Formats: sequence, C-alpha cells, structure tokens
Amino acid sequence: MAQIRIDSLRKDFGAFTAVQSSSFTIEDGEFFMLLGPSGCGKTTTLRMMAGLEMPSAGQIYIDGEEVGRKPASQRDIAFVFQMFALYPHMNVRKNISYPLISQGMGRKAARAKVEEVSRILGIEDILDRPVGGLSGGDRQRVALGRAIVREPKAFFMDEPLGALDAEFREHMAEELRALHDRMGATTVYVTHDQLEAMQMGDKIVVMNHGVVEQFGVPQEIYDWPATLFVAKFIGSPPMNFLSFEGRVAPGDALVTLGSVEMAIPQLREGFAGEMVLGVRPEHVRLDDGSDYRAVVRAVEYLGTTQIITLEAEHGEVKARISSRDPVRVDQTTGLAFNERTLTLFDAGTGRALRSAVNEEVLRHG
Amino acid sequence: MSGYSITEPSPRQKWVAGALVALYAIITILPLVWIIATGFKSSADAIAYPPKVVFAPSLEGYVNLFTTQTRQTAEYFAANPPETWYERIVQSKGLTIAGPSRFGERFMNSVIIGFGSTFLSVFLGTLAAYAFSRFKVPLKDDLMFFILSTRMMPPIAVAIPIFLMFRSLGLSDTHAGMILLYTAVNLSLSVWLLKGFIDEIPHEYEEAALIDGYTRFQAFTKVVLPQAATGIASTAIFCLIFAWNEYAFAVLLTSGTAQTAPPFIPTIIGNAGQDWPAVAAGATLFLLPVMVFTILLRKHLLRGITFGAVRK
Repeated sequence: MAQIRIDSLRKDFGAFTAVQSSSFTIEDGEFFMLLGPSGCGKTTTLRMMAGLEMPSAGQIYIDGEEVGRKPASQRDIAFVFQMFALYPHMNVRKNISYPLISQGMGRKAARAKVEEVSRILGIEDILDRPVGGLSGGDRQRVALGRAIVREPKAFFMDEPLGALDAEFREHMAEELRALHDRMGATTVYVTHDQLEAMQMGDKIVVMNHGVVEQFGVPQEIYDWPATLFVAKFIGSPPMNFLSFEGRVAPGDALVTLGSVEMAIPQLREGFAGEMVLGVRPEHVRLDDGSDYRAVVRAVEYLGTTQIITLEAEHGEVKARISSRDPVRVDQTTGLAFNERTLTLFDAGTGRALRSAVNEEVLRHG
Repeated sequence: MSGYSITEPSPRQKWVAGALVALYAIITILPLVWIIATGFKSSADAIAYPPKVVFAPSLEGYVNLFTTQTRQTAEYFAANPPETWYERIVQSKGLTIAGPSRFGERFMNSVIIGFGSTFLSVFLGTLAAYAFSRFKVPLKDDLMFFILSTRMMPPIAVAIPIFLMFRSLGLSDTHAGMILLYTAVNLSLSVWLLKGFIDEIPHEYEEAALIDGYTRFQAFTKVVLPQAATGIASTAIFCLIFAWNEYAFAVLLTSGTAQTAPPFIPTIIGNAGQDWPAVAAGATLFLLPVMVFTILLRKHLLRGITFGAVRK
C-alpha cells in the first residue's frame, strides 16, 4: 500500500524529450490511469516509476521515500507487461512462484502462496501447464498472479489488456477492477484507450507530447477539459469546437458567434483573439427556436441515441440526441447548447479559460 | 484439367521434388559411403579396378591407423604366435606391431582444440552479443561492422603474420595457441549470429526478472540464456565444424604436440605406401564427433537456421 508522488519528472533520449516535467500524486489505494496517445510519454513515465528507466531529472517518491535511483528490485512494486512477459521456459506454477523464490521464500511457503493466488484468479487447474499453450486471458491471469503473489506496495500495468481481443478485454477490465478493489493496493495503469481509462480509473492523468495536460477524476476531465487536446482526446465522438474571433472580459456570461449571442458560464478571466467554444455532443439540442442555424449532413443511428452531423457557420457540430426525434439529411435547424457545460478555449495555446464552473478543476489540474 | 491449388503441390510436383531430394541425398552421401566402405577394405580391395562394391570386410585399415608396424622373419612368428585378432591381421602381411601410432593423440588434440575454441567462441560471443543487443554501446554499428569485417577476407590471407606472431609469442604448436586462433576467427560469426537470436528475445522478460528481484546478471543467466539456447546450440555447431575441419592453419602452425587430426591423416599416405584403408578409417573416425554433436543438437539446429527468418 503506497502513496506515489512524481515531482518534475523528466526523461530525455538523446535530443528527444519523452517526458518533460511531469508532476502528480497517486494516493494510497487508488486505481490511477496514465492516458494518452502513443508516444506521449505515459509508458516512459511508468517505466521510470518502476525503475526500468533512469529519470533525467526530477524525483519519484514511494511512501515519501525518494526512489528515483533505486533498482527496480528494491522498490517493492510489481509490473504487468502488455505482452505479459511470462517466462516461456517455465510452467504456470514456476512463473507465479518466481518472485517469491527470488526473495528467498521457502518452497513450501511459496507453494501455499501460489495456490492461494491461483484460487483468487481461478487458475488452479492450469498451474502445471506450460505457458506456451495458454489463451490470452489465462496468460493475463498468470501475469497478474505473478504480480500479486508478492503483495507489493503497488502494481504498475502497461496496457495489460492491449493484447486481448475486444470481447475479452471488457471482461478482463472488470476482473482487474474487482481484483484491485479486493486487494486495495495502489495501481498505476497505462492505456491509450480513453474508454478504458474512464471505465476503470479513480483518477486519470492525460499526457501528450511528454506533458501532463490534465490530472483529475474522470468526470472532471470529461466535463471540464483543461486543454483542447484533452477535449478532443476524451469522449466519442469528441467535443465539438466552434472557432471564432472575439473579445471577452472577466464576468462575461455571453459570447457572440457571428450574429448570435450565446450564454456561457460566467468567465473568471478575459481574452481577446481567436477562441474556440467547446461543447459535448450530448449537450447539443436541435431547437428550431434558436437563431444559430445549421444544416444536417449525416445521421448515424446507434439504437437509443443517434449522432447527427451538422454544418454550422463556425464548424462541424455533432449532436447526440434521442433516436426518437425525426431528423432528415439536408434539413436546416437551429442549435441550442446547454450553457452550464460549455468551455471556452484560447485557440492559440489550447488552454481553457477559467469560468465559474471549471475554475476549481483547473486550479488543481 | 485436374484441380489446381497454390498451396498444395500436385502429385506430379511432389514426385519430382521427392526425386530431386533423393538425387541430392545420394550425391552427398555417396562419398561418405565410399570413405566408410574403404575403411573396411583390405589394401588390395581398396585399389582394385574396377572398384569393388562387394568385398570381404577387414579391419586392416583401422589396425594400421592405430599402430606402427615393422617387418619380421618367419622364425620370429614361429617363436611368437599372434595372441590377438589385430596381431593376426598384421602378421598375415609378414609384419608385427611396434607400438601405437600417433592418431589417438592427434585425435585428442582435435577434440581439445575444437571443443575448447567452440566453448570459448560461444561463451564470449554470447556475452558480447548480449551487450550489443541490450546496452547503449558507443559506436555500436561501427563496432559490429568491424567485427564482421574480420571475416571478409579468407583467414589464410593473414597466415604469415600470424605464423610470425605465434612464433615470437611462443604459441606455435600449442593447444592454447590453436584455441586462441580458432576462437578469434569464429568470434565474429558467433557475435553476429547470437546477436540476432538475442535481439529476438523480448527485453520484457529481463525487465520482469529485474522487478521480480533479480540482478541484471541473474536475469541474463536465468531468463536470457534458456531463451537463447537454440541460438547458442546452432552457433556452437557452426563454430565446431569450422574449428574441427580447419586444415591450412593446422598444417602451418602445428607439427608435434598440438597437431590436430586433419594435417595428420594425409601423412599416413607417406609412411607405409598408399595405405588408403587406413586413411579412410581415420577420416571415418574423424567424422564421428561432429556427427554426434550435430545429431544431439539437431532439434535446435533446424529451428536455429530458420529462426528470425519469419517475424511472428
């Protein structure tokens, strides 16, 4: 059980900076997601925390102790690799007991411990099988077994479900989360799948180009993205962006798009220049009473909801509405947005402007 | 027209392919069969023309190979009747055994030098290949190319400098010198082959071992080595075949103490006329160790040759 704190962590590979100045804190017992597109530095960050990569600068604290220069074996953590990295020349039992033997645990105690862990994971029947012939899910369970058998301070997982097929992935995700809740150990989990992150994580760090874009609970990150990147990366379909030029002052609760005035959450800061108004598809309504007009370009039927693609003056807008509402392609309609959920971004830097609803989130993100 | 498939050859194609393989096998096996057969012929049968395919087997060649003989008179034989089967063979030609030949010694030299240099080449090669595969080595590509370049000319091209160096270092005609020489020649092959094999082993295995509480060296011995067994076995076979069969340097650098079997076997011809059965017997015995070694490791060798050809 451990609290992990990352302070201004940096990693350079020659001229390339994989991670630049990351800082965040993982509380004891949290299921913590490191989320970002490939090459964003999330895996490098995890590998530095695990001791597989030496940080170029910055500190890593596990339970208050600086471990940045300590070898992996002395950090008391377990790592689950994407390709599982089961020792291919050993059977399941040997794979799971390997970390115990390395710690000098006796054969008998190790054997009992392995049986206990295999019961938790439901793999008692395959203990004596070689790992070569196992299914993806069983390999995953063996890899987990090898991780939990030692009762480490924390689990680090690098896209552990990435190698499984989609159908099984969901099942394993539930199993993993249940296992975490049962063991209560701190878990750090790297993924590029935003759905997986939202579904499993207590907290999420979103990274891009080696920079932490936002850090918070899934709801905050979804509702109040701190940057355009986060807004685009999270959600499917992603947030809609309406680009316009204008001027806002602190205390304003209106923006003007073309000739239409639109209510937004009250701003806490002013800005002049290129801006982007962000709105989630489920907060867009088709409202003939609205002056903001758009033409329907496509309709995607998804069962209970439908995704309507519309063309408006300031960009394409996708709306997620009930599939009972009749919509025709080429129909002209008015658009209305749920004002409490709008975010205004500085188009140049991608930063969200502070408003009455997101300032709390942005302060600690 | 009969059914045509891209993947499955037609019976006719199979037949042609089978015939070609059989023909190739016969062509390669025939000299071996001839050598083995000649080893069991009598001197007269060995040079008979037309060649004898059916002959009375004789161990004359093997006896001649392992012994030195002198001529004796009939009175001597009357006083000392032959006691063993090999004495009888020798006596039938009017000869008696004077002592053992040097073949046994030379053969042991081959074993010591061949297996010694193979072990050293593979041992050093594995360590070097691991380092090249896993660590940031400055000028890695240049070093790897340099290692390869040592094999770009025929080794015998540097025979004279090596001869002079060995003479001034006192390495001429020593086991250590020959092991060193064959190791130096084989090392480039072994580093390159093994690096390919080790590159294919995902480094997550070692990282998992590091996290499980092992040191880098333990991770290497307990995880990498078992995984690289295939590569190590096939590399060992290639190294052994080279060191075992090497003739030119052996002729040049050894004459007595450290002489290996290849330069020794032809000398049999000069000693007591053209004793082809003895030469053939020597060649047959000389084939055995590599054959046994290869058969023992054949599973690895077959996998080793195609390993890395297909990315999984």
